[in-house]
Amino acid sequence: MPPKYQGVDFYNVDGLLSEEERAVRDTVRGWVDDHLMPIIGDAYVAGKFPRQLIPGMAELGLFGANLPEEYGCAGLNNVAYGLIMQELERGDSGVRSFASVQGALVMYPIYAFGSDDQKMKWLPPMAGGTVIGCFGLTEPDYGSNPAGMITVAKETKDGWTLNGAKMWITNGSTAQVAIIWAKIGAKDDQNSIRGFLVPTDTKGFSAKDQKGKLSLRASDTSELVLQDVHLPKDALLPKSAGLKSPLMCLTQARYGISWGAVGAAMACYDEAVSYAKNLIMFGKPIGGFQLQQARLAEMLTEITKAQLLCLQLGRLKDAGTMTPQQVSLAKRNNVSMATDIAREARRLLGANGILAEYQAMRHLANLESVYTYEGTHDVHTLVLGQEITGLSAFE
Amino acid sequence: MKIAVCIKRVPDSETRVKIAADGKSLDEAGVKFILNPYDEFAVEEALRRKDAAGAGEVVVIALGGAAAQETMRTALAMGADRGVLLQTDAVPADGFETATALAAELKDKGWDLILCGKVAIDDSSHQVGPMLAELLGLPCVTAVAKLTINGATGVAEREIEGGVEVVEFPIPAVITADKGLNEPRYPALKGIMAAKKKPLEVRPITLGAGVIQILALTPPPERKEGRIVGEGAAAVPELVRALREEAKVL
Repeated sequence: MPPKYQGVDFYNVDGLLSEEERAVRDTVRGWVDDHLMPIIGDAYVAGKFPRQLIPGMAELGLFGANLPEEYGCAGLNNVAYGLIMQELERGDSGVRSFASVQGALVMYPIYAFGSDDQKMKWLPPMAGGTVIGCFGLTEPDYGSNPAGMITVAKETKDGWTLNGAKMWITNGSTAQVAIIWAKIGAKDDQNSIRGFLVPTDTKGFSAKDQKGKLSLRASDTSELVLQDVHLPKDALLPKSAGLKSPLMCLTQARYGISWGAVGAAMACYDEAVSYAKNLIMFGKPIGGFQLQQARLAEMLTEITKAQLLCLQLGRLKDAGTMTPQQVSLAKRNNVSMATDIAREARRLLGANGILAEYQAMRHLANLESVYTYEGTHDVHTLVLGQEITGLSAFE
Repeated sequence: MKIAVCIKRVPDSETRVKIAADGKSLDEAGVKFILNPYDEFAVEEALRRKDAAGAGEVVVIALGGAAAQETMRTALAMGADRGVLLQTDAVPADGFETATALAAELKDKGWDLILCGKVAIDDSSHQVGPMLAELLGLPCVTAVAKLTINGATGVAEREIEGGVEVVEFPIPAVITADKGLNEPRYPALKGIMAAKKKPLEVRPITLGAGVIQILALTPPPERKEGRIVGEGAAAVPELVRALREEAKVL
């Protein structure tokens, strides 16, 4: 049996965590070891989200774990929530994405923008994993620029009628409920964007899996079509108001991604170290060669920096002072460094590195998506550019 | 059903331990500590017994330093109702002292069952459970891999060399848990949060001197590198000779 995964902690960052935060992390780590790691390689190759994991994740309390207990959630702080994302993505970015979408992109907007009735109706079954959600913001022609969306909601005498299409929607074909963002006003009025709760069995709603993905293969990604979807009045999230509402959701999700990427990087580093110590070439372990040592030293350095970045970001979030720009910096840095580490780990593993039996190539392929989704690396660069100079590159 | 579970904080078996400068203890710096895995089976079993009975209490009891509280919170997060820490500077080398302190705490409290792990993975002494039973005047079944309770009678299965031994006993009794007894649950996140609010009583105690002392700890000797005696069938006689005369295993 290979030695159990011990994480990576060169700077005793554990010492900065509370007892509960460590306990949460260890629980999720153990669960990932026992339930996710044995099946993820096959699920990835088969191109299937491992649905059988949902009840176990729900039982642990992983969905919306930072939301209050009154809705059946665990009521954790944001550092503990981040550590959950880190450990899930140590397993696979697709499985972490599933949890991110459920918690940060569907449960969070219901919690933040929903009525009391909506919260009581949807949050407990979502925490319990019996209702799965998806988040429909991105459209075929409006990715980095969601303000341009053309999905519309027209008010009728007894409710709303939605028309439009959404693309790159994680959990789209699995979900029982979709949060759909649509304009209730003029086409160029981003302030008229509102969120709607759409049960996916509503007439006129359809979801189709996007085929041919070479990344995030253990995750469902779908295209949604809304054709004259009639909804009752109370489908509207009453407190959603303009583009800033979906952007607030993305800030939540990006926060989790910043942690998740560190988990993927830690997995790749761990695998690379063990491989470098064991593979004998030219009569000694390849870890004894300077080229591999340089690779490993670089990986450990970047992981350690990213861990500290996440932790402080989490403390800011718990203090209520975190800004979206700080999240942009962490998402941009951490996903980029994780992608680089996955690539270097893949190379260190030589030919074995291309096999599904090892983790590096799977993480590398996944991270290419993570690099692009939830605000591309480039968009986050421009967010920071604007923050620094006060000049927007978008307008 | 009222159940006490005796638990211990031990170094994670995955941790590389170092011997401290005094040559008789472990250097705890950087060592990760866990709930003794056999005690985890005991906690899980207690929780299942309580659930099956529909009512009762599961109390975890540990002996050790203040840091043992973190380990106790793991058991509380799994679902135990409360904890009692008998706080000492260190866990004594003499299991009899530990058993005596635990017995003093557990005596006359009306337990239906007292559960322990069959062994703590750090000192591997296997002593505390049976000693505790003796001190309390209770029957004891060690290394139990299956447990059934019907009213006032328990039936336990023990895995013994080449078979299974089935033991019947009256309760209350002391049971020590072996691997296979159950599959311990993960402490759910809500359980971890709830554990913070559960009562954990810390009671400083003074132990007797004991009669066992640790004189020295030494790591096992490095294994010598293997030797290839030859290849194919031609090497067999030399291999047999080496196994018989050098390794003395044949």
